[in-house]
Amino acid sequence: MTQLVRAPERTAPAVPMRTAGRVRPRWRRMAYLAAVGVLAVLFLYPLVWLAGAALKPRTEVFDNRLIPRHFAWSNFVEVWQAAPVLAWLGNSAAVGLAAATAVTLSSALVAFGFAYFEFPGRGLCFALLLGTMMLPSAVTLVPVYLIWNRLGLVDTQVPLWAANLFGSAFYIFLLRQFFLGIPRETFEAARLDGASAWQLFWRIALPLARPAMAIVFVFEIQASWNDLIRPLIYLQSPRLYTIPRGLKAVVDQFGQAGEFHWEIVMCTSLLATLPMLVIFAVAQRHFVTGVATTIRRP
Amino acid sequence: MTTRRAAQTRAGYAFLSPWIIGFLVFTAGPMIASLVLSFTDYDTISPPRGIGAANYQQLFSDPRAAVAMRNTLIYAVMYVPTAMAVALALALLLQRLARGAGFFRTVYYLPVMTPPVAVGALFLLLLNGNNGLVNRALALIGVNGPQWTTDPAFLKPGLVIATVWGVGGTMVIYLAALRDVPVELYEAAQVDGASAAARFRRVTLPMISPALFFTLIVLTIHALQMFDQAYTMFYSSSQTQTYGNDAALFYVIYLFQQGFQYLHMGYASALAWLLFAVIVVITVVQIVIGRRFVYYEGERP
Repeated sequence: MTQLVRAPERTAPAVPMRTAGRVRPRWRRMAYLAAVGVLAVLFLYPLVWLAGAALKPRTEVFDNRLIPRHFAWSNFVEVWQAAPVLAWLGNSAAVGLAAATAVTLSSALVAFGFAYFEFPGRGLCFALLLGTMMLPSAVTLVPVYLIWNRLGLVDTQVPLWAANLFGSAFYIFLLRQFFLGIPRETFEAARLDGASAWQLFWRIALPLARPAMAIVFVFEIQASWNDLIRPLIYLQSPRLYTIPRGLKAVVDQFGQAGEFHWEIVMCTSLLATLPMLVIFAVAQRHFVTGVATTIRRP
Repeated sequence: MTTRRAAQTRAGYAFLSPWIIGFLVFTAGPMIASLVLSFTDYDTISPPRGIGAANYQQLFSDPRAAVAMRNTLIYAVMYVPTAMAVALALALLLQRLARGAGFFRTVYYLPVMTPPVAVGALFLLLLNGNNGLVNRALALIGVNGPQWTTDPAFLKPGLVIATVWGVGGTMVIYLAALRDVPVELYEAAQVDGASAAARFRRVTLPMISPALFFTLIVLTIHALQMFDQAYTMFYSSSQTQTYGNDAALFYVIYLFQQGFQYLHMGYASALAWLLFAVIVVITVVQIVIGRRFVYYEGERP
């Protein structure tokens, strides 16, 4: 455990202090900047290419020009006639909002229970919670389907969000960390004034937890927006499709196994991606701090 | 005092109740149900019929299950180290940037926002062997690119390219870890005359090893459940094989086909339990080995 972290052995007697490391030579800074720039082009290029391809006439999709020679705004009309993409986007938005609202509130409730109260069995419950965090979701795919099937809710959108009403292990963990960071005195005054446990949660903890809840909310919106396997399992009527399920249908119908209308596929892909880019533009801070906090363990 | 404790217990469990119900109904119950189902023949129409361990016998003699497991492990072995290396390289570069790090971090993170199905559709074109962008770029440096989307030997590397494009999340984790390394450690190392390589090996790597370890485990679990991009690119309900071979048949795709296309719920449950066992074993091995290399601050040497 220690050989990696032992302080470096003194190989030479006290080398004179160098300023390097703080202020790097100019050529090195330029080299870094060049590397970062080239990589930025590599990472950005596919997205820009997608936007370009979505606006090209069918015969030019493969010409690999970044800017289309001819702008085929009619692609949007073509998509509109080919598939109910607007309805799919609406479905995804509705499912995403339901899923994110449900999971944010329920996870906050449970997280507050773990963070604030002391009771026998809490440690065991928390261990179970951590255990389920790593549980591969593929394992419960079949039996969970059988539950929704029994309830007659297959081919509705309910299975895509309703399980979120019961909290989600990772989010509970994240919010609990946040609640533990609130000084206990914050609650004591209110408690002495006779506030109930519910009031402590609803009036004090929840408003304070807004930044953490925003992280959970945007994470779940994205997770719900990206989900393919559950819409494949649960949705049979095309009018109920969420956008990833719909886009998959478009790929199948117009892509390489189908009619080779790649401009329709690219245009639908762009429409599926744009809302996420807008959300990122608005909530970038939440995504980045959210991802960064995932590693700060207790 | 005892009434206060009783009140705490009551309130605590009241707050936990959604999760407890959810745990029983959507996790523990289904786990047990799928274990039971794995010993049955069940098509959701007629009631499950107990068939003993026949599903597991079939599992170990099913060539497609073997192919799916092999493909999945190969993909994970290709994807996880590549993703970690690329993410670490990006994070190290950004960290050394005096200005504009925020801007470039955003650029590297943007692909993460592209839905996996859109990534699949997009890379079907970008990886096209004849006139795809990737091969055009390779041609610029004199490399004759392969048929990424049809040559069985190159389907998985192609998928690695498509998924490593979305490595920004891992990069952000590494950036946060790098930022937490105390500057004094580098200064001390420098005073001691440690070279840049030595500082990286002896200071940076140990200090960010918890983040590396965490992402290793999460990315591995994620890779072993590869579905979205591969299914989008190579499979559909009418097409259960990729061009006559199964080079992109990943384990969860096969599980999905067995369970929800052929309605072999019992067999799919057995497949699920094997996947669960494999993931648990791999994760435990990683934790046992990882413990020797991970340094947690505040720990006594």
